[in-house]
Amino acid sequence: MTPLIWLVIAPLLGALAVLVVPARRMPAVALGAAAATLGAALALAAQVAGLGPRTVLLGGWTPPLGIVLKADGLGTAFAVMAALVMSGVALAARHELAPDKAGARAAYGFWPLMLLVWAALNTVFVSRDLFNLYVGLELLSLAAVALVALAGSREALAAAMRYLLFALTGSLLYLAGVVLTYSAHGTLDMAMLLARVPATGDGVALGLMTAGLMAKTALFPFHVWLPPAHAAAPAPASAMLSALVPKASLVILLRVWFEAMPDAAGDAALLVMAGLGAVAVIWGGVQALVQRKIKLVIAYSTVAQLGYFIIAFPLTGGDSAVKPWSAGAWTGMVFLALSHGLAKSAMFLVAGIWYSACGAQELRDLKGLARALPMSAFAFALAAVTLAGLPPSGGFTGKYLMMQAAFVAGLWPFALVMVAGGLLAAAYLYRPLAALFAKDEAISCAPVSRVRQAVPLALAAAAIILGVLSAEPFSFIKIGKPDAAVEGL
Amino acid sequence: MMALAFDVVLAALLILAALAAVAGRGLFRAVIFFIVYGVLVALAWARLGAVDVALAEAAIGAGLTGVLLLAAHGRLRREGLEADPGAGGQGFAAIGGAGVALALGWAWFALPEPATATRAALDSALPDAGVGNPVTAVLLNFRSFDTLLESIVLLAALVALWMLARDGAWGERLGLPQHARPGGVLASFGRVLPPLGLLFGAFLVWSGADDNGGAFQGGTVLAASLLLAMMAGLYLPPRIGERLWQSALVLGPVVFIACGLVGALVWGGFLVLPPAYAKGVILAIETGLTISIAATLALLVIGPPEQAHNSGGAA
Repeated sequence: MTPLIWLVIAPLLGALAVLVVPARRMPAVALGAAAATLGAALALAAQVAGLGPRTVLLGGWTPPLGIVLKADGLGTAFAVMAALVMSGVALAARHELAPDKAGARAAYGFWPLMLLVWAALNTVFVSRDLFNLYVGLELLSLAAVALVALAGSREALAAAMRYLLFALTGSLLYLAGVVLTYSAHGTLDMAMLLARVPATGDGVALGLMTAGLMAKTALFPFHVWLPPAHAAAPAPASAMLSALVPKASLVILLRVWFEAMPDAAGDAALLVMAGLGAVAVIWGGVQALVQRKIKLVIAYSTVAQLGYFIIAFPLTGGDSAVKPWSAGAWTGMVFLALSHGLAKSAMFLVAGIWYSACGAQELRDLKGLARALPMSAFAFALAAVTLAGLPPSGGFTGKYLMMQAAFVAGLWPFALVMVAGGLLAAAYLYRPLAALFAKDEAISCAPVSRVRQAVPLALAAAAIILGVLSAEPFSFIKIGKPDAAVEGL
Repeated sequence: MMALAFDVVLAALLILAALAAVAGRGLFRAVIFFIVYGVLVALAWARLGAVDVALAEAAIGAGLTGVLLLAAHGRLRREGLEADPGAGGQGFAAIGGAGVALALGWAWFALPEPATATRAALDSALPDAGVGNPVTAVLLNFRSFDTLLESIVLLAALVALWMLARDGAWGERLGLPQHARPGGVLASFGRVLPPLGLLFGAFLVWSGADDNGGAFQGGTVLAASLLLAMMAGLYLPPRIGERLWQSALVLGPVVFIACGLVGALVWGGFLVLPPAYAKGVILAIETGLTISIAATLALLVIGPPEQAHNSGGAA
């Protein structure tokens, strides 16, 4: 039994198991499933590092009939990042979503939904079949929407409804592109699509899939659902929603452009996409700067960070000629996405601690909080270093690679946008930090155990370590890297 | 000539029903036209020779979704919220929809000749699939992983629905209390039809192996029978967490994964089905799936837990 199968099956079995055990046993069963999935992700990473990409033909059938799962460096790196974040989320949720704190309903729903999100993420990270990816995305969106509704308030339900409508529109557009691709080429497998004879409708198919995935990733201008949705959910759910869920559609976007149809990429389309990304970086940053609630600052920061990922697309080249810098932009973007996941989950978990222990929801409630809960304030500061792209974090490594590519490619305006985005991030993160470390009299907080504070600290530290030890992850994500990411789109 | 005329009329009716569903005023009207649209789409699938898709569309697209929408409308009416919120971004939606339709239309005309390689691969693999119906072979053998995930999507939808319950109602029975006059039409139907539904549902699953039918179609019929029994007051809806019901909900996916793991341990790969055992394993999976689909769909229609059971409130 290979770790690649367990990566998908362990969280699925966990989700089914928590639905049949008595409610009081749910957290223990879910933590068991989390441990098994984390183990599978680490074992898979060891295999991929040692032996190269791992492939499974499901049911033993080869494409175009069957579905292929393939774990390369990219997918495995995301699976490991997701496993770390999910483990932290599960540990935090034992407290935050206990029935006496969150209510019996939310305490019941959280565990199956969390495990379903995880199973869907892992499926998306390793599947190479366009329709199977659609099913994975559907499972992901449905569980994510339910997590937004978990809080039960009027705002949470409205945010969940809006998220659902965007997610379904995105699914429909993506599915339309998949159907077109299948009817033109008779296959859904990415490796077969790469070797296809290009058809006239490929551009339309790619455009539809891209629009759908952009809506799901909350890339500008489809971002409007994200801030209210991420802010409305309980903190451990927000951590998943912001750190992990948009990464699934981002990975599909990467795979469709670089692995299935690199030849269908056009200069103009790439620049339009990157332009939208640039607007997202600035718009998200400015919005984060004017928010008063902590969770909304963090959520708008996600809108901005997602913009960077899309900027990387034209930096990987503009036509199929070999571009020496494209490999750097692709790798930089993946670095950025991984470190964003770790840092963003740390921030939301910290915000959850502050809310449940100190009742702090707005930035002004944070005054002097660092003295009451120093460990959590330190975790927030570490995560801020990564999000602002300061050395030695993984965020810095990613941005550095992307900016280098932007200058070499002659697309320096995008480098300027990245600098501006970094400055904006420093500014919007300075506000909570200034409040935290203000010399006011310390506010009163309920005691929070060291372990609970250590979870976000560990995640924030992991994002820094990713930058300090960048050589190892750098060569890891290149395992099985598509040619188009080396040579340019 | 007759066939062409039928197709043209069907296509025209499809467009009219779709327009009436989205463009008109009034939620009730929109729901009714949506159901009409679903029936017409099912007809269109049947005309295209895709009988399995037609059955699924009629059962789930028109039937189940229609019931869910009608239930939602009834709920809005009880809360006094049935007024149509009116045009919000309808112009934008119309432009967007037209744009996508034009792009798809253009791409459809530009499509190359259908690739024959996939068809050939399917034809050569079908004898080893264990079932004669190619749709069932794709759903439960060649692309069984999709179906496994789909069955879990259904479960996710149910958990998501439960999350919409009011906190005060958590722990109550699902749905509003049903009132059926003893000896009335509903009560008699509730006694007579479920056994027939059980028979027909089981037939659809069995027949799906080599002819038309399958777990989703059979499960929908069974769900309807269950619902009828509950609506006739013969059977009280469960509470969340009742062991029997929870087990029924997860049975299909659990059997599915268990068979997949047996494949991995014994037959050389996850979800692998050797031709000699394929039919038996597929029928086992389909039986489990049918039970889970029936339970999930029935509970989806019944709705989240409601407080009215205790207060004995109005229906």
